[in-house]
Amino acid sequence: MVKRIEKDYARFRNIIKGKIKEDLRKYITQGELIGKKGKYLVSIPLPQIRIPSFRYGKNARTGIGQGDGEVGTPIADGDEALGVGGAGNQPGEHILEVDITLEELAQIMGEGLELPRIKPKGKSTILADRERYVGISRVGPESLRHFKRTYKEALKRQLTLGIYDPKNPMIVPIREDKRYKSWRVKEIPQNNAVIIYMMDVSGSMGDEQKEIVRAEAFWIDTWLRSQYKKLDTRYIVHDVAAKEVDRETFYHIKESGGTRISSAYTLCSDTIKKDYNPAEWNIYPFHFSDGDNWGSEDTKKCIEIITERLFPIINVFCYGQVKSAYGSGQFKKDLDEYFQDKKEKESMITSEIRDKDSIYDSIKDFLGKGK
Amino acid sequence: MPKDNTVKRKRRSTKLDNIFNIQIILSEIQEEIVSYVRDYGLDPFNTVFELITHDEMNEVASYGGFPSRYPHWRFGMEFEELSKSYKYGLQKIYELVINNDPCYAYLMKSNALTDQKMVIAHVYGHSDFFKNNLWFSQTNRKMIDEIANHGTRIRKYVEKYGEEKVEDFLDKALSIENLIDYHAIYSPYRKRAYYDIDAPEEDEAKVVRRFKSKDYMDKFINPPEYMKEQKKKIDDEKEKRKRFPEEPQKDILLFLIEEAQIENWQKDILAIIREEAYYFAPQALTKIMNEGWATYWHSKIMTEKCLEDNNVVDYADHHSGTLGSNPGTINPYKLGVELYRDIEDRWNKGKFGREYDECTDMNEKADWDKGLGLGREKIFEVRRVCNDITFIDDYLTDEFCDEHKLFVYKYNSQTNQYEITDRDFDEVKRQLLFRLTNMGHPIIYVVDGNYRNRSELLLKHQHEGADLQLDEAQDTLKNIYNVWQRPVNLETLLDDERKLLTYDGSKHSEEVMGETA
Repeated sequence: MVKRIEKDYARFRNIIKGKIKEDLRKYITQGELIGKKGKYLVSIPLPQIRIPSFRYGKNARTGIGQGDGEVGTPIADGDEALGVGGAGNQPGEHILEVDITLEELAQIMGEGLELPRIKPKGKSTILADRERYVGISRVGPESLRHFKRTYKEALKRQLTLGIYDPKNPMIVPIREDKRYKSWRVKEIPQNNAVIIYMMDVSGSMGDEQKEIVRAEAFWIDTWLRSQYKKLDTRYIVHDVAAKEVDRETFYHIKESGGTRISSAYTLCSDTIKKDYNPAEWNIYPFHFSDGDNWGSEDTKKCIEIITERLFPIINVFCYGQVKSAYGSGQFKKDLDEYFQDKKEKESMITSEIRDKDSIYDSIKDFLGKGK
Repeated sequence: MPKDNTVKRKRRSTKLDNIFNIQIILSEIQEEIVSYVRDYGLDPFNTVFELITHDEMNEVASYGGFPSRYPHWRFGMEFEELSKSYKYGLQKIYELVINNDPCYAYLMKSNALTDQKMVIAHVYGHSDFFKNNLWFSQTNRKMIDEIANHGTRIRKYVEKYGEEKVEDFLDKALSIENLIDYHAIYSPYRKRAYYDIDAPEEDEAKVVRRFKSKDYMDKFINPPEYMKEQKKKIDDEKEKRKRFPEEPQKDILLFLIEEAQIENWQKDILAIIREEAYYFAPQALTKIMNEGWATYWHSKIMTEKCLEDNNVVDYADHHSGTLGSNPGTINPYKLGVELYRDIEDRWNKGKFGREYDECTDMNEKADWDKGLGLGREKIFEVRRVCNDITFIDDYLTDEFCDEHKLFVYKYNSQTNQYEITDRDFDEVKRQLLFRLTNMGHPIIYVVDGNYRNRSELLLKHQHEGADLQLDEAQDTLKNIYNVWQRPVNLETLLDDERKLLTYDGSKHSEEVMGETA
């Protein structure tokens, strides 16, 4: 027999389905989600459908609490949904927020975007160390102290020594009582990947365009991180010349002047050659620009670099064209035209990102092929 | 009960043996605990325990304890929430008790034995509370059957009218499930089960009686001023009768069932939702008391009777888990049990009454002990007659508030944080009572079913210092419109301005009202 709850649950999921995608759209386009809370933690709410009812609004956000603190002491962040007061705990009265790991976020995203899992190329040759907690030890750092075991030991000792007083059951562990979690290191083979982000930072790329690239990069990172044990990211900016920068600079640098895309591709190819052995790494070059290039000569050179120097060693080449008021959008056209009937076109993905709302589709373009 | 890390136990024998053993062990434990329970003077329903897996537990809990409830996606939503919280280790349900005779309790199979003992003792506390607390006395004790019956009826409607249609109506109806009269659990009309909408209207034409007279005498025998006065009286009366309900009514669901022009199956759905809302109401109305009572007894039974040395730590761990609280919230288990203990202590020592209240010497007050020993008796009385509101109102004291560090917090929009604003006893108490009044829902009355003489519905929000959430209020009005099928109005106060919110079937509007009587 199908359990009743499964039917109701399926129904709920079906209602949400249309909805969860909408919500995901919202997430992907909202810049602030990138500001992660804590390290590697993004808080996403459970999909919920709220049945509207008459209830109190925000100015009624007061309640009763218990504990220390002077008047004026903050007890919680305003964005947190406090289980407000009194009877509380009634179904539907609280929004549960769980902190999820990036891995889980990627899983949710993969589900929402219906992304295929990536089949890594090559063999996983690199061994990585993984620690696992497997036992209990008598020595160790305080941060790994096993509270319950320690307590039990202390209790045992006090009982056998006859110094345990049931009327005043105070258990004080001494050094010999302390127990610690201990771990063993294991070597696990893993697949590695590197993303090389390239961005045109010439005058025509405004803040809005960079914001889009930023959001897009965040979600690409998240997804690829879930598919590979180790993920490196490298950042290259270019106008007429290219240089490697750190992440912070990548998103904020602003140059003026012209655009020569080939400079970035050359640097990309050099970087790979220098640091990433294609036999061991899955390599993902991503390039974002507004589609302007110095001229058709340079575009020809770009295609040459891609086909001859990059294709043999990378997984897939991704080009995202962000729409801007000044950009001509010619570059994508040229790429598409050239690769249209070539057999390598499988390794080339281009996508046009008109505005924040189309980030969603563009991510699907890039990652939907499972490469 | 709040969160806990799952305890993994090694399997010693095959699965079947294990289950069989556990059943035997559990029934032994049950027997043992029942004997303690009776010794302490508790009087629970006959209680049936069922062992279930966490998945089953989540399912049962999603349906509010009744696996045979009517189908609706919101139970699926609840299920997802519970399953995810379980999966991420945020919370775990140890036990679930159903107010029914016999009382049913579900226990999580994976609980360790010590946990099971504690949980069984806890369940008996609830069972006793259900049976003896006054506010539960009107609940249906055969609710398991009743709810199954509701389920069958709604499934029948689904078959007949289609899933979409029934679900649409349920969605709307659930939006107003809190519009019942929470504090009138005894009120006679709440029991009215039969809704006679076809009763003939009394419409005998009333006219002012004229005495027979000759023409020239008429204005003396039937003086015109008098006749006019009489006519006005009759007209007023007619006017009054056209107004319904006669008095503002809080049980809006009942009003809609009786007056809305909808089909019978729709009325039945409203009636089902109303019935279930009234059934669950006492549980929300006594959350602090009920959990406090169960916690009081499980800790008493465990610590005084059946805790073995080797599970002291586990017990202490889980018991403290139950009583843990976050700074922003009140844990009903903790507040409840501490208040019972405080009452017990005060009545044991005679710390009550005029003499005690009028004593001004703090030292004398602190050491006060008349040796009355009335504590146990007193808490049994409290568990019989109180609900959370009277519990707090009558027994929360200044000293208690101080000792347990209760405070009021408020949202500060400038810092975007919740901040402690007050530790004053009166303020804490006022705030607590406000939270509990109408179970934290705004108080809404239906005032007029023939508003503007156009069959519009007029609701009125009794403003208690807090505004309604506007967008949700509007969506709710829209849902009520779907039931009432004529424009729906809500009078409320927004930013200190008296406003009339209206949904007329196509759009929302907002109108500032003058001072009304």
